[in-house]
Amino acid sequence: MTRKSRRLLLISCALGVLGIAAGLVLFALSDTIVFFRSPSDIAAQHPAPGTRLRLGGLVKAGSVDRQDGTHVRFVVTDGGADVPVSYVGILPDLFREGQGVVAEGTLEPDGGFRADTVLAKHDEKYMPKEVVEALKKQGVWQEGEGGVPARATPPATPPAVPGPTSSAQ
Amino acid sequence: MIPETGHYALVLALAVALLQTVLPIWGARANDAALMRVGPTLAVAFAGFVSLSFAALVAAYVQSDFSVLNVYQNSHSDMPLLYKVTSTWGNHEGSMLLWVLVLALFGAMVALFGTNLPARLKANVLGVQGSIGVAFLLFILLTSNPFLRVSPAPVEGQDLNPILQDIGLAVHPPLLYLGYVGFSITFAFAVAALLDGRIDAAWARWVRPWALAAWAFLTVGIAMGSYWAYYELGWGGWWFWDPVENASLMPWFAGTALIHSAVVMEKRDALKVWTVLLAILAFSLSLLGTFLVRSGVLTSVHAFATDPRRGVFILAILVAFIGGSLFLFALRAPLLRQGGIFAPVSREGALVLNNLLLTAAAAAVFVGTLYPLALEAWNGAKITVGPPYFNLTVGALMLPVVAVMPFGPLLAWKRGDIAGVAQRLMLACGLAIVIGLGVAYAEHGGPALAPVGVGLAAFVMLGAVADLAERAGVGRVPAATAWARLRGLPRAAFGTALAHAGIGICLLGIVAETSWSSERIAGIQPGGTISVGRYELTLERMEPRTGPNYRDVAGVFRIREGGVERGTVTSSKRLFLARNMPTTEAGIRTFGFGQLYVSLGDELANGGIGIRAYWKPLVTLIWLGAVVMALGGVLSLSDRRLRVGAPRPAKARRVPAPSPAE
Repeated sequence: MTRKSRRLLLISCALGVLGIAAGLVLFALSDTIVFFRSPSDIAAQHPAPGTRLRLGGLVKAGSVDRQDGTHVRFVVTDGGADVPVSYVGILPDLFREGQGVVAEGTLEPDGGFRADTVLAKHDEKYMPKEVVEALKKQGVWQEGEGGVPARATPPATPPAVPGPTSSAQ
Repeated sequence: MIPETGHYALVLALAVALLQTVLPIWGARANDAALMRVGPTLAVAFAGFVSLSFAALVAAYVQSDFSVLNVYQNSHSDMPLLYKVTSTWGNHEGSMLLWVLVLALFGAMVALFGTNLPARLKANVLGVQGSIGVAFLLFILLTSNPFLRVSPAPVEGQDLNPILQDIGLAVHPPLLYLGYVGFSITFAFAVAALLDGRIDAAWARWVRPWALAAWAFLTVGIAMGSYWAYYELGWGGWWFWDPVENASLMPWFAGTALIHSAVVMEKRDALKVWTVLLAILAFSLSLLGTFLVRSGVLTSVHAFATDPRRGVFILAILVAFIGGSLFLFALRAPLLRQGGIFAPVSREGALVLNNLLLTAAAAAVFVGTLYPLALEAWNGAKITVGPPYFNLTVGALMLPVVAVMPFGPLLAWKRGDIAGVAQRLMLACGLAIVIGLGVAYAEHGGPALAPVGVGLAAFVMLGAVADLAERAGVGRVPAATAWARLRGLPRAAFGTALAHAGIGICLLGIVAETSWSSERIAGIQPGGTISVGRYELTLERMEPRTGPNYRDVAGVFRIREGGVERGTVTSSKRLFLARNMPTTEAGIRTFGFGQLYVSLGDELANGGIGIRAYWKPLVTLIWLGAVVMALGGVLSLSDRRLRVGAPRPAKARRVPAPSPAE
């Protein structure tokens, strides 16, 4: 083999691997991405039941019903619409009524949402970014209201450092 | 006074770093030996001033000096001393200062131990290193000064985020930074070579120890972060594909590729351009990781409250360094002479394949991590790219890497004989198949891929042994000769075998944990029993306890295995008083390599409590495998070849320690 044909072989191998990788990436992206929706989005767009979504908003005050400790029902609201959520498992430490939450799961035919993951972030002052934007859109967001400032103001800056994810699955 | 000293030292460090950027490179250009010799002195001075500054911040934390804003926001006088010290980097400002400290210490090590480097190369390396220091010191001084005062001084601090009040904070960030920032040295070497327009096999030999050290630190750092998340978060996951985890994984892939391609360059004088590019990529991805964590552009738990100005500043640093180095690369790379021809089937060929797949994996992680950001900027859609994407892409790209790994070290340089190698691996392969079939029989009805995974893990581990046996000539020469040969093998050979075996160990842990874990979620009363895996857990009692800055309620569980008493495990829910924030402290008992994992949920109306219990077989192998990999790297570092002819980091021959300061 000449130097040239070797180089050609090397380059075609590289292109082959890159092609396979690009194919994999595109296939996986088309198949596995999950959209974020607020309760108002769901009310307006009526996504098909069975669609996988991330639902974000506030846990409606007084809506949390712990049935036998592992089955939980609560309502996620953004002020414009409500979505009832059912979840089996243990909720994260910072899950509280009136606080921001992101639930991942699927829509049921009856309009309820079956969550398999519930995320509430690590800090009592933190609000998931998507939730803040969804609430702003509904006009219910007020800076600093109810102990949930949009961005913690200087004296209350929570740490940002390598640390793990708070979630329940 | 102490914080002002720290601040002043930081400003001085900036001045020194500016000189370090300009003078040695100027000296190298003008061929002025005296100017070039200033480099090492400045690098050591730089490290001295940054150390002083860091020490001042630690002192402020230890003394709980709440007149310093940073201390007020992240510390509390009731915290144990260890956490007071670790809170120093448990926040944005302090963590950036740690970053620069590691950078400065690495620079000083090049200055002190790189005595046999050519003067021009050394001057250029220290100059590039200095420029990185300038950028990050400016960032700290202009946007993230940890020494700001508040007046009047508050009486009590706001406490460190409870999640971070853990020994994990003492271990994980420093190790990770030693890895991230360690790649700044290989980056500096690459840019220095490009500035000079000259590069040869010796360059690879100088760079390889630094790449190996950074890689070993990064490996352990990632593993420790994973273990920390696993026990701290209370739901048993050990990898989340969180943007920040991905940010540490990308440089790891690039760094792994780098330590392999540098071997080809050193031994065969081939793949020069590619190795230089990888050295640039590894550090660029480290910078990207810093940007992702510090700017908060991606919703991640690591980056809660962030300041957009900081994001823009880091983005500017990112663009300057990555853009600048790639521009230089485009300009100078064509000048680098290629050498060393090799056949497609050869050791070089195998390493090229390894490099292709590893960089493709890094690219897949890169796309998955940044795609949501790009899409949101494009049409406002908010999406998440979750574990299924990463499992599919990274899994599919890593599978061939693992499968051909045992072949690589057995192939000859230049032109290999694949049939011969296959023959030599026959025993390892046969044993692995037998093990896989055994597992398939024993775990009949379990996940179909599990036996394949176990077989593959066994093949990798046995392949590593086969490699050593082959080198020693086991079976071809008398046993005594083989033993003598084995003892005479270079340490790098053992390092390779150990690191590869570590991959197998890690893979075995991952396969076992994902295939055969049992999980139970239930509400139980005191005295109640649940079973998980082979174990029965009885909730003996709930007891309230008080810690220095928290109160907790602990559930004590008695463990039985088939009626036999196996001790107790305690799991608790903790309420940190200063922030009124609850955390879950999982109870973990290790049996063999498996772990029993219990965490408490909410109290129920009927007086019981929700609990989540797991039995995770072989789960500890995931982290042990990573430690074995890193030990392999350390063993390679201690190889004579690298010790004699090249600079070596002071700590190279020890197990990675959290701090290189000395």
